[in-house]
Amino acid sequence: MTVMNDKNMLVEMLRDVQQASSLTMHQWDLLLRQARESGLLSRLSYQFQQNHYEHVPEQLMWHFESAITYAERQRQVVEWEVRCISEAMASLDVPIVLLKGAAYVMAVLPSARGRIFSDIDLLVPKQQINAVEKSLFGAGWVTTHLNAYDQRYYRQWMHEIPPMQHHQRRSVLDVHHNILPVTARANPDASLLLSEIKRIDENKNLYVLSPCDMIIHSATHLFFDGEFEHGLRDLLDMHDLITYFAGEVGFWQQLVERAEALTLLRPLYYALMHVQRLYHTEIPANVFIMLGKGKPRALTGLFMNRMFELALRPPHSSCRNIATASADAFLYTRAHFLRMPLHLLIPHLTRKAFRPDD
Amino acid sequence: MRLADLSFDTYQDRLAERGVILQTGPFSISVKSRIPSVIESIWALYRDYPCLDNQDFADFHIDIRKPKGIRRWFHPQVYFYFDDHAPFQPLPLNDAYPLFEWGMNWCVANFAHRYLMIHAAVCERNGKAVIMPAPPGSGKSTLCAALALRGWRLLSDELTLIDLQNQLAVPVPRPVSLKNESIDVIKGFEPSAYVNRSFEDTNKGTVAHMRVSTESVDRAMETAKPAWVILPKYKAGSSLQLEKNSPGHSFMWLAENSFNYSVLGKGGFTGVAELVDHTESYTFTYSDLDEAVEIFEQLATSS
Repeated sequence: MTVMNDKNMLVEMLRDVQQASSLTMHQWDLLLRQARESGLLSRLSYQFQQNHYEHVPEQLMWHFESAITYAERQRQVVEWEVRCISEAMASLDVPIVLLKGAAYVMAVLPSARGRIFSDIDLLVPKQQINAVEKSLFGAGWVTTHLNAYDQRYYRQWMHEIPPMQHHQRRSVLDVHHNILPVTARANPDASLLLSEIKRIDENKNLYVLSPCDMIIHSATHLFFDGEFEHGLRDLLDMHDLITYFAGEVGFWQQLVERAEALTLLRPLYYALMHVQRLYHTEIPANVFIMLGKGKPRALTGLFMNRMFELALRPPHSSCRNIATASADAFLYTRAHFLRMPLHLLIPHLTRKAFRPDD
Repeated sequence: MRLADLSFDTYQDRLAERGVILQTGPFSISVKSRIPSVIESIWALYRDYPCLDNQDFADFHIDIRKPKGIRRWFHPQVYFYFDDHAPFQPLPLNDAYPLFEWGMNWCVANFAHRYLMIHAAVCERNGKAVIMPAPPGSGKSTLCAALALRGWRLLSDELTLIDLQNQLAVPVPRPVSLKNESIDVIKGFEPSAYVNRSFEDTNKGTVAHMRVSTESVDRAMETAKPAWVILPKYKAGSSLQLEKNSPGHSFMWLAENSFNYSVLGKGGFTGVAELVDHTESYTFTYSDLDEAVEIFEQLATSS
């Protein structure tokens, strides 16, 4: 067995729970805290459960059982919310494409196990987004950002309308018409995504993205975004998706071609680098050659990968220091530049700085 | 080892640096703080609690600390940290100790889904437990403090934990939180009771905590079988009334006052249903504590 990295217990364990047999109580303590802060306690619990809690000390068992109870409840809630959404939009002839967490749950994919998330993300065709909003409003979801500036900001520049919250159940929906802001440097064509969607329930209007698109979307979301709090979870999603779908004929070629068509080779490159590094995902060596154009220049690549490596540590003080803090700050700034050109970004940030409550 | 077995200086250093691990019922909690009111209050109220001095694991890690910026000095505030993040808004520094107690409740209520958790006081006599679910202001804590001072064993004044495997009430004994008038009521009821200093103007008014008996702390691993569900109602000037509740009424009270009824899903429903099946339920109106305790005494000895 390799020598356990005492700092990042979480990733070691997610990779192989058998290693738990040799943990000291101090390491259990760290593991539990890192998992909790990373939002991965329920996921880890499922992995222990699969092994019949073999190596878990009796005294700690309840933490994992409790996290599974919580995740089970969340799965039920998501199923119920999705049913309500589907019914609210039944009279519209619009496909409802579930994204990320809700998609994994409803399509019963391995990444759904113990995945904790708060909002339900949807993708709908842009031309129909007003009709969708009206139907959801009719079913009790109300827009959340009530001031004019935010409303205009979302509707003009973003890839989604302002989040909608159900007035009784408090569930939050993010309704998207694309996977990146209108203003972002990369500009994937949403109609391409919509052309490959898969229906998940014959009687309903529910869909998910194609397997390759799910992976590319998750990669784009993580590596264009400035917040890595859920980074380990998102990478784990990608690891699960890849492992689950990689057996299909032509999977890797399709994945790379698709990312190129969507102009999203770069985030895919980073995603593959880091799932392999962290979760030892099996990726054939020639895939990195196929990614050719997606690769950054040598020096940039070296620097960026170091930044991601730092940011993709559990958000717990046992894994954090001044270097991770600077990486976070750098990536946060980078995300803003990637999402918005300066002539829009500067007035926006200025306004937010002086009128934060807007 | 009990907390009081440490010297005050050692305790204070540990609390400031690596944290002191206290055990309350099934939970071990590592606490850090450098705030004087917290240091003094824990020392006074938790002296009998097991202190896991050489253990390097705790279920929860909490830190009660001041913010870094200007609010350290100007209208000073205090944060409750659960590990690395602060789940609530900061409070005025004056509320530091009550915040510690509320924060501990939050830890249990948020994570311990092995149990059905009810916002209720629970005490035991002759092996039988009385559960008192009630909203704030109903005199639940006062009644519970009075019972604890008259021979009942306190399991908790806020958090009733029911083990879903065997339907037994699991103790999490902690200091009883008294509010406003009830502080003086309890001091008058039993002058020998140890009531810690009062914290005024908190968001729940004036708050003071009563130390629980050494026996309650020592028997914290001993579960009890629920026998009664009693909804206390303090009504000034009223005479004693004990009215039987229908099972349906009792069910709704327990479910509404449960922290995790919905998280447990079907388990929550069956858990509450079984509890209702195995307990007698009453609404209890009272104004005089001595009379109230007398009625409980009769209940405990009658069946």
